[in-house]
Amino acid sequence: MLNIFSIKQSRSGDGASSDGGTKKTSAALLRVTKDLSELGTLPPTCQVTYPNKDDLLHFTLTITPDDGFYKGGRFIFSFTIESEYPHTPPKVKCTQKIYHPNIDLEGNVCLNILREDWKPVLTILSVILGMGFLFSEPNPDDPLNKEAAEVLKTNVNTFRSNVTKTMAGGTLSGVQFDRVLSR
Amino acid sequence: MTIPDDDSTKRKRWTHLRRVLERAGPFKDPNFEPSTELLSGIESVRILIIGAGGLGCELLKDMALMGFCRIDIIDMDTIDLANLNRQFLFTKTDIGKSKAEIAAKFIMNRIPNCNVTPHMNKIQDFDASFYSQFRIIVCGLDSIVARRWINSMLVSMLQYDENNQVVPTSIIPLIDGGTEGFKGNARVIMHGYTSCIECTLDLFPPQVNFPQCTIANNPRLPEHCVEWVTSILWPKEKPFGPGVNIDGDSVEHIQWIVEHATKRANEHNITGINFRFTQGVVKRIIPAVASTNAVIASICATEVFKLATSSVLLMNNYTMFNDIEGIYMLTYPPEKREDCPICSNVPVRVQINETAKFQELVDQLIEKYQLIAPLICTQIDGQSKTLYMTSTQQMLELTKPHLRMTLQELGLTNGIEMLVGDPARASSMRVIISLTSSMETTTAK
Repeated sequence: MLNIFSIKQSRSGDGASSDGGTKKTSAALLRVTKDLSELGTLPPTCQVTYPNKDDLLHFTLTITPDDGFYKGGRFIFSFTIESEYPHTPPKVKCTQKIYHPNIDLEGNVCLNILREDWKPVLTILSVILGMGFLFSEPNPDDPLNKEAAEVLKTNVNTFRSNVTKTMAGGTLSGVQFDRVLSR
Repeated sequence: MTIPDDDSTKRKRWTHLRRVLERAGPFKDPNFEPSTELLSGIESVRILIIGAGGLGCELLKDMALMGFCRIDIIDMDTIDLANLNRQFLFTKTDIGKSKAEIAAKFIMNRIPNCNVTPHMNKIQDFDASFYSQFRIIVCGLDSIVARRWINSMLVSMLQYDENNQVVPTSIIPLIDGGTEGFKGNARVIMHGYTSCIECTLDLFPPQVNFPQCTIANNPRLPEHCVEWVTSILWPKEKPFGPGVNIDGDSVEHIQWIVEHATKRANEHNITGINFRFTQGVVKRIIPAVASTNAVIASICATEVFKLATSSVLLMNNYTMFNDIEGIYMLTYPPEKREDCPICSNVPVRVQINETAKFQELVDQLIEKYQLIAPLICTQIDGQSKTLYMTSTQQMLELTKPHLRMTLQELGLTNGIEMLVGDPARASSMRVIISLTSSMETTTAK
C-alpha cells in the first residue's frame, strides 16, 4: 500500500489550494451527459426539448403515438433528474389531464422502471422508450386510473371511444380532460 | 468535569499513545520510525469531520480524547429531541440549536487544548480551497448524495503526473463510516489507489419503493396505506392548505395521516397502523443503535490515528459490521472499478490554439477519441453551459451556431474543464482545455 509518510511530509504546511481551475463535477451530471448523448436513437414519436438549453437536468418529453388508441394525440411529460441520479430514477410527470389506465388525473405515471424496478444500469433512453410503450400497450392489469382500466378490460370499443372523446377535451364521468390532439 | 492541564496528568494521559508511537513492534508499518515527536504531530494535524449526528458525536469525542487539537466539524442540522438518546454531546436545552456549534462547544469546554471549529453549513457550501486545508477527512453521514459529493470533490482535487498517475501528495484520505440499525461499515479511501464511493455504489441498500399501482389499488401492508395517504390523498385534499407539505414532526399532520390510513386499512382488512408506525413510514425512520455508532466511530478514529502517525498499516480497506445475531465482521478490499465514472475518470488535456473556433476543438475530440455524436457541456463561473448537443433536433439548432464561434467568445479559457458524453463511450470524459498561443504554433510550424 501507499506510503503515507511521504504524503505527510510533503503536505505539512502547504495550505494552498491546488491549481486554480479545480471545480467539482457532479456525479449525476457526469452520468446524464453520457445518457443524453444517446437520445439520437429515439423514434420520431418521442421528442425531447429543453425549456433552458443550459440546464440538462430538466427537460420535456413529447410523445405523439403513430398507432393504437392514442394515435393523433400529443402527450407532454416533464422530466427532472435529481442529484441522486442514477441511484434514484428520474422524476416523470404528465403535464396534462389525460385518460389512461396507467396515468392518474394528477399526472402520476405507473411504470415499473420508474419506481420499484429502477436500477442504475437503466438510462434516460430506456425510461423514454418505456413511456412510449405505455401508449402503444396500455396495461389494464397494473392500473393507476382504475376506472379506465376496468373499461379497457371489459369493453375495448367503449375504451376506444372514451380515449377519443377525452383527447378532444371532452368530459367523462364529470371530469373535464385536456385537449391533447396534435392538430 | 474537565481534564486537568497539569504536567503529571498530561504525562499519564498519553502513556498508552506513547507506547504505540515511541516503540517499534512486529505489527507496525515497516517504514515506521518510532519517535517522541509523533505525539505533537497529532496536535497539529488538521482534521475535518463531516456530520455531527450519531456518528459525528462519537467521532468528535474519539478524536478529541486521542489528542487531535485542530478539528473542524460540519453539520447543517439543528438538534431535535429524538437525537438525544445517542447524540450525547447535546442536552434538552440545546434543542433547536446547531449541532456543529453545540458539539464544538461541549468538546472545547471539556478538553481545554482542543480547538474545534464548527460550520453550520452544507458540505456543498464549500469549495476545493476549503477542503484542501485538511490532511484527513472523516465522514459520519446518513446520505448517499453527500457521500458522492465529497467523493467527487476529492477526486476533482487530485493532481496527475505525466503518466496519468495520481500525485500522492494531492490525495486527502477519506474515512467513511455508516450505520443502519445493528449494521455498519467503515472504510478508508485513498483516491487513485483504492475503490471510491462511486465504485461501490451498488453496495448501498436500494430505496424501498412500492409499486404505485399497489398503493393506488391493492394495498396489502400497513405501509401501503400510509403511502397512499401521503402520495395520493394529501396532494388531492390539501388538508392544511395548498402548498403545505407533510412535516413528519408535526403531530397534527401525522394524526391526519393516521386517521385516513386507518380508514383505508380497515377497508382492505389490514391492521397495524398507529402513530409511531405512521411517523416511522413518513420519515423513513430506521432505528439508530448507539452501540453501532460507537463501534464504527472507533474503527474510523483508529484509522485516522494510523494515517496521522503512519505507525501501523491501514485497514485494507472496507470493514463491515453486523451484530444482529452474534457479531459478524469482515474486512476486505472492494476492487477499484476500471470504468468508475468518478475515480477512473482521469481528465484528459487537449491542446488547442487560443484563436481557434469551437469547431476545431470538436473535430479534434471526435478524431482523437473516435466519437460519434458528442454532447459537450461545461461550467463557467458556476453557470452550467451546454456547448454542443446533436442528439435532439432542438439542441442541434441551438448549439450548432457555437461551432462558428471562437473559444474566447464562448468563454472557454485556459484550464476550463468540459464534460463530454458520447454513445461510443461507456462514461463521460472530463476534458481540460490547454490553450496555446498563436505565436507558439506558428514557430512550431
